[in-house]
Amino acid sequence: MRKFVAAAFAVLMLAPGSLWAACAYDNQTEIKSFSAGFQAWKSVTDAMAECGNFQAVLDQEFDQKHVEAFSANPSLYHIGGVANSSLVPLLNNDLIRPLDDLVAKYGSHLSDAQLIRKDGKIVAIAMMVNAKHLMYRQDIFEELGIAEPKNYDDVLAVAEALKQAGVVEYPMGATWKAGSNIGLSFIDYFLGEGGTFINDDNTPNINNEMGMAVLERMGKLKEYMDPEILVSDSTYVQQQFQQGKIAMANLWATRAGAMDNPDESTVVGKVAMASAAKGAVRPASTLWWDGIVIAANISDEEAEAAFQVAMEGMDTEMVQANNSDAIWLIEGYAPGRFSAGASATAANGALPYPASVPMGILFNVLGSGLPAFITGEKDAATTLADIETEYLVAAREEGLIQ
Amino acid sequence: MKFRVFLGFIAPSMFLMLVFIAFPLVSVFIQSFYTTTTVYENVEVESCTPGFGTTTCITETVAQPLKDENGDLVTETSFVGLESYKNILRLEEAFSDFSWSSLMAIDFWKALRFTLVFTLVTLPLAIGLGLLIALAVNNFTQRLRGQIIFISLLPFIITPVIGALSIRWLFIGDGILTAFLEWWLEMDIAMFAQAWTIELMMMFYRVWHVAPFAFVVFYAGLQTVNNDTLESAVIDGANRFERLRYVIIPHLMPLIVFISLIHLMDSYRVFEEIVGFSSQSYVISLQWLTYEFLTLDESGTRSIERASANSMMTMIGIVIILIPLLQKTWRDHKARIL
Repeated sequence: MRKFVAAAFAVLMLAPGSLWAACAYDNQTEIKSFSAGFQAWKSVTDAMAECGNFQAVLDQEFDQKHVEAFSANPSLYHIGGVANSSLVPLLNNDLIRPLDDLVAKYGSHLSDAQLIRKDGKIVAIAMMVNAKHLMYRQDIFEELGIAEPKNYDDVLAVAEALKQAGVVEYPMGATWKAGSNIGLSFIDYFLGEGGTFINDDNTPNINNEMGMAVLERMGKLKEYMDPEILVSDSTYVQQQFQQGKIAMANLWATRAGAMDNPDESTVVGKVAMASAAKGAVRPASTLWWDGIVIAANISDEEAEAAFQVAMEGMDTEMVQANNSDAIWLIEGYAPGRFSAGASATAANGALPYPASVPMGILFNVLGSGLPAFITGEKDAATTLADIETEYLVAAREEGLIQ
Repeated sequence: MKFRVFLGFIAPSMFLMLVFIAFPLVSVFIQSFYTTTTVYENVEVESCTPGFGTTTCITETVAQPLKDENGDLVTETSFVGLESYKNILRLEEAFSDFSWSSLMAIDFWKALRFTLVFTLVTLPLAIGLGLLIALAVNNFTQRLRGQIIFISLLPFIITPVIGALSIRWLFIGDGILTAFLEWWLEMDIAMFAQAWTIELMMMFYRVWHVAPFAFVVFYAGLQTVNNDTLESAVIDGANRFERLRYVIIPHLMPLIVFISLIHLMDSYRVFEEIVGFSSQSYVISLQWLTYEFLTLDESGTRSIERASANSMMTMIGIVIILIPLLQKTWRDHKARIL
């Protein structure tokens, strides 16, 4: 037994040496990172860990905790993994530092698209982009002679045709789970119609004809969906696709790879990736990015070490090893079948998620207010009026309006 | 016991109760009358977002918090009286036309409706089921009692959220029990597509989860039933039901009151079921509402004011619902002293 322990210990001691080989240097400063927990973050933080003295916390509840974590002095983490939305509170509270000097010193290889600027200063380094786009069952569409839907009239017509044909359990899936899922779906549709959410005086701009039109359409779409649509999140939709229960849905680009995973999917190679269908003006989708920030409440030496480690994690080597995890912005990424839908969505003019404090509040009240319309508890006008009231109460408490 | 000795014994727990229960309560109570706002200014900022190969920069007017010379956010705290209570109760709208649907359109009343129904329906079921199991086990052969007790305690041992999740997975989508029901009844069933089925599952789960606790307490109580009284009841010609009605239940009455008290307090704070069954689009509870007010939104804001007001309303609700039982206990207590 003792021999075994000794042997195991020896292996453990040796292991880091061989792991470090993938990192260009040997990191001496203790570095911690905090980010969301999806696969792309796992790949990046694993690559960072190769430099040694590095610890990553991956947490899907990231945006509930990051403000507190980075408010501590010294900050609990050095590197933060953010998206366009979760960057806002960190910026507003001055919890992250400008990166211009560090980029000049260690980041010459970064492409301009990766540098996230606010008021001229670089505040974050993006590593990937993500968007919801249309996925559909090419085999079924070809068999029934249905063309790829370009706008939402097409989508409704296709859904009706699929329903008549009865080849799948439900023609459509959607990420309409109560809360942020359905909130973001509304934001997608509303942006697609060409809407803006917040007026200059921070009052909401959704309780109008455009908002009514979006809800009316959601009511029509609902008829072609699983009746349990209000518990349907990205994983649920992905599984419905994989099990052949639905024939089309707007789903995250990061989920595209799972369609061809032979261990889970019964529809390998049959799901086509296309641009999100258009509303009146542009595709009903939002563009998102994920990237890293460096905490403000740490010493300059630590910040420098953290930035170096982050650059090692976000290098070409990592991208080549994990090409299908995301649509990387990093050099060396080879776009393929899985990124085609998101690229087409962006090319058709989809807008980035318009992150701001009032938008965050609106997102939240949309998520909790919309389900009542889907269940039929409230009609469209009441739903929008109630969401507006909820927004006004929260915005007043926050100090956005008097 | 001398008063000083008595004081010495209870002082530590009194102190802890003050620190961990009384002070936070007072602080929440005070907080519910104040609101803290951040001062915002509208500024033009240019922000750039990476696209697919291109970068889009837009200049837009955004509300940004004002900062003082130290870089801290400028905030203002002001006394607002009952404003937060008004914001959650929304009395004018709730009672505008005295219709049930306009009352249920407001989160607080919707949550109160479910919380009350949930509490009052599960109470008799949990007590009844607990008593039934206790009686059954008590009449079982000595040899198998240990095993039976162990098995009936299992639901109580499982962590509430885990228990709720496992029942949810049995029914969600084409879960095995839904699939079985569909095959058996030959119809399409979606358990998570309407409120009443979800409510039914939540109540079923709660009764399943707490009945073992009632069972253990009643089972202990059954061991102390006076056998002489039971035997004389048999001689007097009382049948099984009459013995239960006139001997056993009166004997267990203090325990029934005790379990009711615990159950009312526990189930009025129903929360795990909402999370476990992700029922928030159909059914919410008062505790869930507090939680929702405290949850940070995308841009990092939360409503402490309304969360405090809602907590106070929950407290008041629990006190009201406990009054009849406390009154009864107090009367019994006085009768015993006299």
